[in-house]
Amino acid sequence: MSDLEAFRAEARAWVRENAPHSLRGTSGSGPFEGYWGGTKCEESDRDLLRWRDLGIEKGWTAPSWPKQYGGGGLSYEQEQVIHAEMKAIGVPRPVAGQGLAMFGPVLLEYGNDAQRAQHLPGIARGEVRWCQGYSEPNAGSDLANLQLKAERDGEEFVLNGQKIWTSHANLSDWIYCLARTDPNAPKKQMGISVILADLNTPGITVRRIDLISGYSPFCETFFDNVRVPVSNLVGEENKGWTIAKAILGHERSSIGRSIARQPGSAQSDVVARARKHLGVPEGEIPDPLLRDEIAALGMLEEAFHLTLARNQQSAESGTPGAEGSITKIVGTELKQKRFELGMKVAGIQGLGWEGPGFDDDDLEYTREWLRSRASTIEGGSSEIQKNIVSKRVLGLPEGKK
Amino acid sequence: MSGHRAPMLLLNDEQQMLSKTAYEFIRERAPAARLRTFRDSKEEVGFSREVWNEMAELGWLGLQIPEQYDGLGLGFFDLCVVLEQSGRELMPEPFVSTLLLGTQVLLLGGTEAQKKALLPGIAAGAALVTLGYEEAHLRGGASKLGTVARKSAAGFELSGEKVQVLDGHLADRIIVSAATSDTDYTLFVVDPAQSGVTTVRQARIDGLNAAIVELNGVAVGSDDIVGELDGAAPLLQSVFDRAAVGLSAQMLGASEQAFADTIEYIKEREQFGVPIGSFQALQHRAVAVYTELALTRSVVLAAARAIDEAPNDVSRLASLAKAMASETFMHAAKEAIQMHGGIGVTDEHDIGFYIKRAQAAYMSFGKPSQHRQRWAELHGY
Repeated sequence: MSDLEAFRAEARAWVRENAPHSLRGTSGSGPFEGYWGGTKCEESDRDLLRWRDLGIEKGWTAPSWPKQYGGGGLSYEQEQVIHAEMKAIGVPRPVAGQGLAMFGPVLLEYGNDAQRAQHLPGIARGEVRWCQGYSEPNAGSDLANLQLKAERDGEEFVLNGQKIWTSHANLSDWIYCLARTDPNAPKKQMGISVILADLNTPGITVRRIDLISGYSPFCETFFDNVRVPVSNLVGEENKGWTIAKAILGHERSSIGRSIARQPGSAQSDVVARARKHLGVPEGEIPDPLLRDEIAALGMLEEAFHLTLARNQQSAESGTPGAEGSITKIVGTELKQKRFELGMKVAGIQGLGWEGPGFDDDDLEYTREWLRSRASTIEGGSSEIQKNIVSKRVLGLPEGKK
Repeated sequence: MSGHRAPMLLLNDEQQMLSKTAYEFIRERAPAARLRTFRDSKEEVGFSREVWNEMAELGWLGLQIPEQYDGLGLGFFDLCVVLEQSGRELMPEPFVSTLLLGTQVLLLGGTEAQKKALLPGIAAGAALVTLGYEEAHLRGGASKLGTVARKSAAGFELSGEKVQVLDGHLADRIIVSAATSDTDYTLFVVDPAQSGVTTVRQARIDGLNAAIVELNGVAVGSDDIVGELDGAAPLLQSVFDRAAVGLSAQMLGASEQAFADTIEYIKEREQFGVPIGSFQALQHRAVAVYTELALTRSVVLAAARAIDEAPNDVSRLASLAKAMASETFMHAAKEAIQMHGGIGVTDEHDIGFYIKRAQAAYMSFGKPSQHRQRWAELHGY
């Protein structure tokens, strides 16, 4: 048995011994499912909190981070194995969220020791929640057009401007921002820096944005003469674009995976809705065209999960393939197709916004359908993803956008 | 895969080596341009016996055949590794007829005597064994076979006509389905040299060789029955599941090659002073094909693995693989022609061969829509 296989047996035993039974089968074990933590967290599920504490104690909330920063000191391959074992029984990771999935890895690669010591343990313990300040009203797909100003004033940066789509800024403790430190740089990708800010700093205001679904996971974050120490600069000044791209890479593959949920759940969800709304409690659904559409969805779903598994196996074997690049494109497409079909089988019962005549499940479903429209936009639109795959994987020449 | 651990979807070191060796051999010895030569020469053997024999010497024809019948005793997964590479160049050699139909019928239903008589010859490249199951009047989905087996003093007499029997005009043995009662049918091994058998070669778009096989009172004994008397239906179902998976592996390879050739072309072809591959309209469509290829690879590997390791999941995954590989291959082939532009619709260029094979493969062993219906049944809706 190889060392990794021996470790797999150990990880499996630990996960199965310790994961609370109430959490099993509830999660696709993606990096954004489960306990997000932070000082504003009001989580009351005891099993979730117990699972968090067990994970922290074992060092497996951030298995591949160094032990000194609250991690487990394991290899990337071992971390993959641990997450696969959690996924195998459908439990969430003990701690989830932006800090672990995106900001932490960047700080490990580009930050300095003081920054790592200051921020990583709080992330690994789920005590500090982070959000991301990337997009601006005039910097969406063309992110490098960002204008949040960061001017040096002695030992401080003074931030002025606005970020948008800062997910859960209202529930977060800190924000990592892309800011323009050199407005005169010859190319807009130059002159950008990564700067951290405590959201309690005077001058920061957060406003929630309502979506078409009525949900509000997103915020606008305004900066009005916000002063942060220069030690909050990550990496080199004016060289932040490289870091930004690295973070986006983490984000995109994470979004795709986090959408995955439990294998088979999209199909069974649509079948259940079809049974409910068509009044066919069991057996064959008497509409061959609908069966065909549901089967096509179920097949896409299984193909997606098998592809995620194949990527995972490649990563564990130390030769990651290029297929991870399509994770977000396919995962978000799958999600949208699922909700579209679920809405279609509901007919006019899917048209309710609130109030009498509609049951809670249908009202919730309709809003999730609306929410799903954002999935092919946020974190880099599908079109931007295709540009990236085209250039980096297929090696096609860059053209005019 | 709900509730299960995902199957192993990577090739081991030996399989990677096999894949690489097969790739290089086939690129060198069996390029797709041969299809044009075979078609125009109208020679009786529409493929290369020499290449087939060389592949036998390399052990590739007997990969899955057990060692006691002179094979290597490996799995169906290993066979799929070679099939994928054979698909890249659309090889017309008898992979489908002999390795996916004849061999699988014998492995799943053959008697010890039948296996001893035929499998060593298949592994050695000497024997071609095919299956005759299509009939002209079955096109509309009629389930009753026109080919019948009448009881005779010595056994049975077979009469009827099979069409598009792959390599039927060359085969050493043809296994045919024939009605043995009002409701059931049976498989029989027929030697084409027997009296009453006539074969007429057919020409198809895809370059695979086929023939009409007429049976006119062909005498067979009960020891020529494969599987159970009246028991052909479940046996054929298992054979077609395997054939669908093996064909999907070929379709995967073919799609990969058509796509790779297309990407090369759009990087080089210039219009408006730039490579056409710099246009976003083509780039996004290319990524759509790339995406389907990645998904299809996963399902084909999973289905091939199931044949060796998870027999209860074979039908479901065979339907998944066949449905997706068929759609992906057709999509890749259509986009290949469109992106090649005018040259893509000429007979001079090889890229046009891919859509012909795609259409034939799409229609073989169940269309995607049929597999989606079966998938729905297997999932209980």
